[in-house]
Amino acid sequence: MKQDIVLAGVGGQGILTIAYIIDNTAQRSGLQFKQVEVHGMAQRGGAVVSHVRLSDQAIFSDLIPKGAADLILSVEPLEALRYIDFLAPEGTVVTSINPYDNIPDYPDIIKVRDAVKEISRHVFVDSGELSGEAGSSKSQNMVMLGAASRFLVLKEKVLLESIEELFKVKGDQVIDINKKAFRLGKKAAENSK
Amino acid sequence: MTNELILGDEAAALGAVHAGISAGYSYPGTPASEVMEFLVKISKKNGFHAHWCVNEKVAYEEALGVSFAGKRSIVSMKHVGLNVAADPFMNSSITRINGGLVVLVADDPGMHSSQNEQDTRYYAQFAQTICLEPSSHQEAYDMTRKAFDLSESFHIPVVIRMVTRLAHSRGRVKGAPRREKNKAHRAASQDWTLLPLNARRRFAALVEKQPMLLKFSQGSPFNSLNLNSKNNKLGIVASGIGYNYVMESARDLSPAPSVLKICTYPLPRSLIKELMEHVDDILVVEEGYPFVEHSIKGLFGIKGKNISGKLSRALPMTGELNPDTVRKAMNLEPLEIRKSVKDWIPARPPQLCKGCPHIDTFDALNKALRDYPKAVVFSDIGCYTLGALPPYHAVDTCVCMGASVSMSKGGAEAGIYPSVGVIGDSTFIHSGITPLLDAVSSDRDMTVIILDNSTVAMTGGQPTMASGDKLENIVRGLGVDLRHIRRINPLKKHLDENIHVIREEIEHQGLSVIIALRPCIQETRRRKKEKKK
Repeated sequence: MKQDIVLAGVGGQGILTIAYIIDNTAQRSGLQFKQVEVHGMAQRGGAVVSHVRLSDQAIFSDLIPKGAADLILSVEPLEALRYIDFLAPEGTVVTSINPYDNIPDYPDIIKVRDAVKEISRHVFVDSGELSGEAGSSKSQNMVMLGAASRFLVLKEKVLLESIEELFKVKGDQVIDINKKAFRLGKKAAENSK
Repeated sequence: MTNELILGDEAAALGAVHAGISAGYSYPGTPASEVMEFLVKISKKNGFHAHWCVNEKVAYEEALGVSFAGKRSIVSMKHVGLNVAADPFMNSSITRINGGLVVLVADDPGMHSSQNEQDTRYYAQFAQTICLEPSSHQEAYDMTRKAFDLSESFHIPVVIRMVTRLAHSRGRVKGAPRREKNKAHRAASQDWTLLPLNARRRFAALVEKQPMLLKFSQGSPFNSLNLNSKNNKLGIVASGIGYNYVMESARDLSPAPSVLKICTYPLPRSLIKELMEHVDDILVVEEGYPFVEHSIKGLFGIKGKNISGKLSRALPMTGELNPDTVRKAMNLEPLEIRKSVKDWIPARPPQLCKGCPHIDTFDALNKALRDYPKAVVFSDIGCYTLGALPPYHAVDTCVCMGASVSMSKGGAEAGIYPSVGVIGDSTFIHSGITPLLDAVSSDRDMTVIILDNSTVAMTGGQPTMASGDKLENIVRGLGVDLRHIRRINPLKKHLDENIHVIREEIEHQGLSVIIALRPCIQETRRRKKEKKK
């Protein structure tokens, strides 16, 4: 069993938080994992990507080979497209529909969404709206993690435990918002097809 | 010890803590910053010193002082940081290292956050010392721990060479029990006073040690040689994380190649020889420069053997390795890649944050320079280097720490007017003070703008040594004419005023220093959060 996941988004959208929760969940579940992330200059409002590899056997490369990712999980639709060459033929894309427009040449959003639709297995989630419903726009990343959860080899219960653990220092309210965001995302993904 | 879920940098740092360090020193720099971040976080509880220093040279020398006293220390930095610390590094290998001294250097192949991709293995060879190159989190931990023993038994500084992909990869590490710190036992003066009389003796001693270092390397369990008796054709030499990319695809090769994994330097000659005698073709896979490949091939190659790698262009000479390029070099078909890849996806480069003080300084500078089409703005290393990108196009150079000040002096002497230097507060403290003193001595016609945002912003907000009044006092102390030390507040509402100040100082025929003082927006947020706690 192995699962290779490309996490994508823009610096500040909480990509590394998603990665950290998946890592912890893998650790609690007794799986091997490797996860690369972006620090330093590239993090300042630029494209951020993290490769997460889960397996019940030894993992060698920290990077996922092109054409091998089982899942692309993106908090931003254009960023989902940026890494399409990593997606395996049977792979799935789970992405937010909400553009993060901080560049002068951001393409027409309809064109971006249509390109995602060309991938036979794709799930769109309105993370902007659902995070608002959960109580904070900062929880878009947890909406997306929830939406992707049914494709993950990790158990929902353990994912939620990891969320609780991570946000413990920030208090019960933040834990509740993030758990709610996760559940709303999961429900939206289930209803999308 | 428990299983720890940590970054490669942190795994190495943990190895140092468990090896019984008394101190750790560093200057921030991607991809090495997390080593010291980690040490600072746990230093109090574990009772050792952990300090951010003014620059890598100072950090190295502080660690060297600890070694002289007989205690263990680690100094960490990014690859180009070792250029700054090259003087103490090269000379310390001639001393008789007392307490274990480990130099952790993180290279940045692919230049994710750097101005070059120099390979630290050459430095280790240059200093004739041992270099260990981990390929996994566990090795980062184990090797750093082991490095202290090697340093103490051979009396040399030992280098750990990390690369970005391991430094910033999260994984799991099994720790071993922490051992006691060394007790103080100071070194002998004659082994540390590098007067020619002593230095000649010490250098001879270093040369005499080399066969022992080779013997260590050849017998080290960090290397492994797997010969496939059924395949006399292909052998792969893989070093560091290159090994991971080879193993990622090796299962698809039939018959399986013989693989030599190299993680220690000096190169384990006997293992390479054994592999060479077994196969005809050798593929060398290594992150960074073709160090191993060149060493094996020499100038003229080896008769009857086909050696490939970066020099033969089987792998790219520049940039970072990845599983795909290595797969191709192993003559395997690429995995199937979907056809729907789009060529119209625009890049999303890093950029200055909304509300960043540098934006307002660049705006004022650009407007002030509008009437001076021949102006050159020499810049430096930091977030403000992003001022080179659109929409600012505000700076013309970025070479190395502190070069903005010295280059604007050189530029002015070559006739450039206005010659402007732009440097951050932390970079100024790191390497800008000495060139400014140089500029003072000849009152060169140039304008230095110090962007004082009160933090080391690019690397994640480490503390700066001097900001605000303290920084200004340093500038005053260097002897800059007090009338031409100006302070501006980079805010939109002060734009006209700031343009005016910059123009005035450009018109002044001599050295001016303008300090643009406003804290980094991220740092302000962090401080607010901490207050709440």
